[in-house]
Amino acid sequence: MNDVSTFTLKEIINSLEKKEFSSEELILAYQKRIKDVDEDLNSVLEVSPTAQDDAKKIDEARAKGKSLGRLAGVPILLKDNMMVQGWGNTSGSQILEGHKSIYNATIVDRLKSDGAILLGRTNMDEFAMGSSTETSHFGSTKNPWDQKRVPGGSSGGSAVAVASGFAPIALGSDTGGSIRQPASLCGVVGLKPTYGRVSRYGLMAMASSLDQIGPFARTVEDVAFLMSTIEGKDPRDATSVELEETSVPELMNPSVDGMKIGIPKEYFLEGMDKDVKKLVMNAVAELENGGAKVEEISLPHSEYALATYYIIMPCEASSNLGRYDGLRYGYHSTGNNLSETYTLSRGEGFGSEVKRRIMLGSYALSAGYYDAYYRKALKVRSLIKQDFDEALKHVDAIVTPTSPSIAWKIGEKFGDPLTMYLSDIYTITANLATVPAMSLPCGFSKDMPVGLQLMSRPFDENTLYRIGMYYQGVTEWHTKTPVL
Amino acid sequence: MPLSNDDVKYIAKLARLHINDDEVEQFSEQLSSILDYVAKLQEVNTDNVPELQHALDVSNVFRDDVEDNCVERTRNIALENFSNRNGDLLEVQSVFDRNENL
Repeated sequence: MNDVSTFTLKEIINSLEKKEFSSEELILAYQKRIKDVDEDLNSVLEVSPTAQDDAKKIDEARAKGKSLGRLAGVPILLKDNMMVQGWGNTSGSQILEGHKSIYNATIVDRLKSDGAILLGRTNMDEFAMGSSTETSHFGSTKNPWDQKRVPGGSSGGSAVAVASGFAPIALGSDTGGSIRQPASLCGVVGLKPTYGRVSRYGLMAMASSLDQIGPFARTVEDVAFLMSTIEGKDPRDATSVELEETSVPELMNPSVDGMKIGIPKEYFLEGMDKDVKKLVMNAVAELENGGAKVEEISLPHSEYALATYYIIMPCEASSNLGRYDGLRYGYHSTGNNLSETYTLSRGEGFGSEVKRRIMLGSYALSAGYYDAYYRKALKVRSLIKQDFDEALKHVDAIVTPTSPSIAWKIGEKFGDPLTMYLSDIYTITANLATVPAMSLPCGFSKDMPVGLQLMSRPFDENTLYRIGMYYQGVTEWHTKTPVL
Repeated sequence: MPLSNDDVKYIAKLARLHINDDEVEQFSEQLSSILDYVAKLQEVNTDNVPELQHALDVSNVFRDDVEDNCVERTRNIALENFSNRNGDLLEVQSVFDRNENL
């Protein structure tokens, strides 16, 4: 078998169909690569002990000529906040050490029914709270392009795993940029779908009005292909939506001719990283060459997005994380009475960033402060969404950088939460406005990857796929891989 | 708005989080700086602006009220996860404390 590390999903599906190799051989090759290369990177927390047997079953079914799912025999890695029955999912937290997942997330059922092989679970910031995968209880994950640097976060493990060739595809979750920002910092494609496109059932909740599950892959085509498996209405998630059309890459016209693309002036301020700006504008020029019309637009409330996010997210998180009581699963510390048991279990089980956000949320929701913080933030969120609705009446898509900078050094921002939060400044607006957003590689600065962010109208992922597929057809950034 | 150490202890109590003295100092500084930053929302005029309460325009999502029992394996894992159990008896400390000063 050739070197698995550069395989795309499409190549794997073709090779499996032509029986150039078996799924079992493929799984073993990826497992070997993870074992050989991941020790330093720490992107994969656990490789599934049943993956090889699962692959064998697919191979046997294929040999017998049975009809197979569209992802039959293809390995995928899952962020550790997605539940697989019997797995020891932890969300990167000590408070879930020893926990065993009771049921499957809906995306897990869908992947399995399409024949995908669940290869393992990936590292993440604790409860997806972080932008660098440094807050994981199980150690930080390193960037494969420079191991002294962070991979971004919170889905850093999944981003690193795809960039390093540990699997052709992986899933992450994105509440304020947790798929797109690590995709940008690691040089892979990452999509945050429209809120409601993918079921959140079985995803450990952080901020329920913002969380979405989405894919990582090397190509936009692979992202679109994987989305068709995981998306769609789920009776177990009342906020999931019946979709009118399914995006199948084969049906898409990868052309940007005549498309209108907006550049928000608020995202290109003086003092921004010159290399990042130049690479993003180079990408915009490529789209113009393809016939896209580019114009400047305004999203006037952008400067309030981060503040809005850092009220809404901790409020929702403080409520969602109330379920970790030290009794029903995971870490337990016995106090003199029940109240003390809760307090000790939570105080010892949660890490600093999680405690910080729970406290911030508890404060903002407490008597006397609710109107000034939470209610105010919900109103400003309306204004931010209105900005997007208005802009997207005139343009088909919005282009920005994904991250204001390349990956920073491990430890550099760790002690300063506010500086860390500012690294999400370009990604959080899409979550607040509920629009779909995708990051794709658009070049290198100081030998580190830079990401281009595309946003479009709610449920119009197809426009992102079209632009992305066009861009990857005329550029080669997505074919670059780190030397490991 | 700066949060005092007492404020931080009170919030930790609301959130059922044990924090040590070092953490009290650290959180009072860090939470104060975050609250200073988010205070910029007060600049925005939000008169007559509705709250965005739902990310989607959906309401009243109903399902049929039918019983859906969980299978044995699911039940067993749920029980195994519990911190203190005696067979199928799940043990928890008493909710009310006789000696507690109310």
